[in-house]
Amino acid sequence: MKGKSKVIETIVKRYEGDTGMLIPMMQDLQEEYGYLPAEQLRHLAIKLDVPLTRICAIATFYTSFRLAPKGEHEVTLCMGTVCYLKGAPQILETICEEFQVEAGGTTSDRLFSLQAVNCVGACALAPVMVVDGKYYDGVDPKSALEIIQGLSSSKEATVEKEAQA
Amino acid sequence: MKKASKKIIDTPQKLESLRNKLEKQKSPSAKSISICIGTGCAAQGSRKIYELFCEAVKDSGSKVEINTKCVGCHGFCERGPIVVVQPGDILYQNVEEPDVEEIFRETVLKGAIVERLLYKDPTTEALAKTPDEIPFYKSQQRIVLLNNGIIDPTNIEDYIAVGGYGALSKALFSMSPDEIIDEVDKAGLRGRGGGGFNTARKWRSCRNAEGTPKYVICNGDEGDPGAFMDRSIMEGNPHSVIEGMIIGAYAIGSSQGYIYVRNEYPLAVDHLTNALSQARERGFLGENILGSSFSFDIKINRGGGAFVCGESTALMASLEGRTGEPRAKYVHTVESGLNEKPTNLNNVETWANVPAIINKGSSWFASIGTEGSKGTKVFSLVGNVENTGLVEVPMGMTLRRIIYEIGGGVKNGKKFKAVQTGGPSGGCIPAEHLDTPVDFDELTKLGSMMGSGGMIVMDEDTCMVNVAKYFVEFLKKESCGKCTPCREGLSQMLYILERITKGEGEAGDIEKLKTLPKLLEGTALCALGKTAANPVLSTIRYFQKEYETHIKEQRCPAKVCKGLFSYEIDAELCKACGICKKECPVDAISGEKKVPHVIDQEKCTKCGNCFLKCPFNSIIKV
Repeated sequence: MKGKSKVIETIVKRYEGDTGMLIPMMQDLQEEYGYLPAEQLRHLAIKLDVPLTRICAIATFYTSFRLAPKGEHEVTLCMGTVCYLKGAPQILETICEEFQVEAGGTTSDRLFSLQAVNCVGACALAPVMVVDGKYYDGVDPKSALEIIQGLSSSKEATVEKEAQA
Repeated sequence: MKKASKKIIDTPQKLESLRNKLEKQKSPSAKSISICIGTGCAAQGSRKIYELFCEAVKDSGSKVEINTKCVGCHGFCERGPIVVVQPGDILYQNVEEPDVEEIFRETVLKGAIVERLLYKDPTTEALAKTPDEIPFYKSQQRIVLLNNGIIDPTNIEDYIAVGGYGALSKALFSMSPDEIIDEVDKAGLRGRGGGGFNTARKWRSCRNAEGTPKYVICNGDEGDPGAFMDRSIMEGNPHSVIEGMIIGAYAIGSSQGYIYVRNEYPLAVDHLTNALSQARERGFLGENILGSSFSFDIKINRGGGAFVCGESTALMASLEGRTGEPRAKYVHTVESGLNEKPTNLNNVETWANVPAIINKGSSWFASIGTEGSKGTKVFSLVGNVENTGLVEVPMGMTLRRIIYEIGGGVKNGKKFKAVQTGGPSGGCIPAEHLDTPVDFDELTKLGSMMGSGGMIVMDEDTCMVNVAKYFVEFLKKESCGKCTPCREGLSQMLYILERITKGEGEAGDIEKLKTLPKLLEGTALCALGKTAANPVLSTIRYFQKEYETHIKEQRCPAKVCKGLFSYEIDAELCKACGICKKECPVDAISGEKKVPHVIDQEKCTKCGNCFLKCPFNSIIKV
């Protein structure tokens, strides 16, 4: 418990308690946990003496904030104009159908979170899919599925290791 | 502390002598290998290539000095990763890991050329050794991107060596704030972010506004899909933006600056953060810059992934730690902006133009471009075009020259249909206007706009109704919801467009799509809503027939809108493998082994499964 409140204290101190830097503070918090835990947001509101509603408004307004833990892997599909015209909607549809996941959501086994973003600015490579920071260019529904199917869960990996042992 | 004071440059003379020293350090026999690490090239593995070159240099034990460095975007993203070897300015394209050894052995050590990695002209088959010989670069004129691809963006000395921070020194010690504003005014610089507002006028209003402190902001929230000019500048030459901001701040009388960068651009954030701390270490930021009485510093903020934050008042709300909702602009931000103080906001490319104007003078800058639009503009030339990438051209070059001469024409020999400029608030320009010179005013006349510089080429297989739907859907999602016209108007427009693309369009739809924009233009709070209908209006203006075919005949001429065209099997290409038969959810495909299959059009639901799954591309759209 103490450790958790320390996280907020460190972050607030980093920005000298300037409420103008609320968004960077929340970004740092998300970096720490991978999402914004409700309990921590409450701490932050108290610490900065700002209404919790304001923090919640920010957390839901900006698409980069998430209120639930993310999956083990991060799959980002670019929906910029060029990617869109070159077939990104079909890729998105295929992924959503195959893995029963929505854009902005996480698969039920927490293997990956799927994000459909406006434009990653790599239009020369369209359609682009970014998996854990690695860019894949010229993907189509088939190759996108293959890439995601190639993602392994760390849980599976340990099971395999145990089996080998 | 002692270490810091050693590095600090507190007089113009020290800057000059450092530059001379760096110049002298360059051994004439030194060789260099520059590897592009812009997002495009990095995505294709250029970082690994850089490491391999470093290893090769180490292992060779060469007596001659060989520098390996990471540089910013060359612009020719289509052909990445790009490697340039000096001396000789030899440009290798599509370099892969196994090529490193050969390039190093042949070119770096022996000075020979590896021909298979050179650019080959698709029509003449001529090989180009240097960038100047490649048509993509030949017609460009680079001011903002001049040093992109030459300097290492993570090393301030590289920037200083090419004359960096010289404009700042000149501005601080030989010009008054008013003289600087006059110079920018005479240069005719207009905002590169979309609006095209006169930069000097904005600066002057902010300088004359009452209240302290004053703020300057760099808008790096490049949200237009299909545009990455600003990203490449921030990644490839961050100091040029910072230097421009410091000069602007001095002219305006500001002591605090902000750079607001998109969260989706991690490399840009990295390079800017690094550049800011190096600039601070050298005394270009902080107290008494270069030993003058002027003090100024810059903070960097990452955006939260909201398109509307590219709008100036929404961006300022975001900087204040609130949701990014715009406000009405009858109170100008230059008088009451961030924290209700006078605030001057300019786009990345605008700031990056400032040092060049101060260095080379307003008359030089004003000699480039057209009557109303001076200088150059960077465009991201993307879509169905042969040479995708970043191009910088003088204002006034025709669309045709940009697309055909530099871009190499439409990809795969397809027919040109339209070019979309200006992002979601811009419009689509058809073939008959290809000879229009590109500047702020001409594009507006055509119902589009310059915007921040996205240029998306579309071929004959593009459905213009679908394009309009894409942008309206995009804007509807990104509308902040504060004002009713934008929130509800966009929903209604999207509803109509969705019906049309499903074949459920009605008579009167086109008229409705023409009236709604007027309402939005007159009543929406910010530019996002006011201009939201441009993609719809411009596509109706030039491609009304296509809308009518969708509505009256329930047919999509470009064969894009699902359900508005049918699938057939090309009997000559069909290998009768049976995959489509298995994949069809409604058993509409029949055929025996070794006999080409057939689709029963009565049963077919046009889901497109067979089209996606056929391994021989024998399913065709008709």
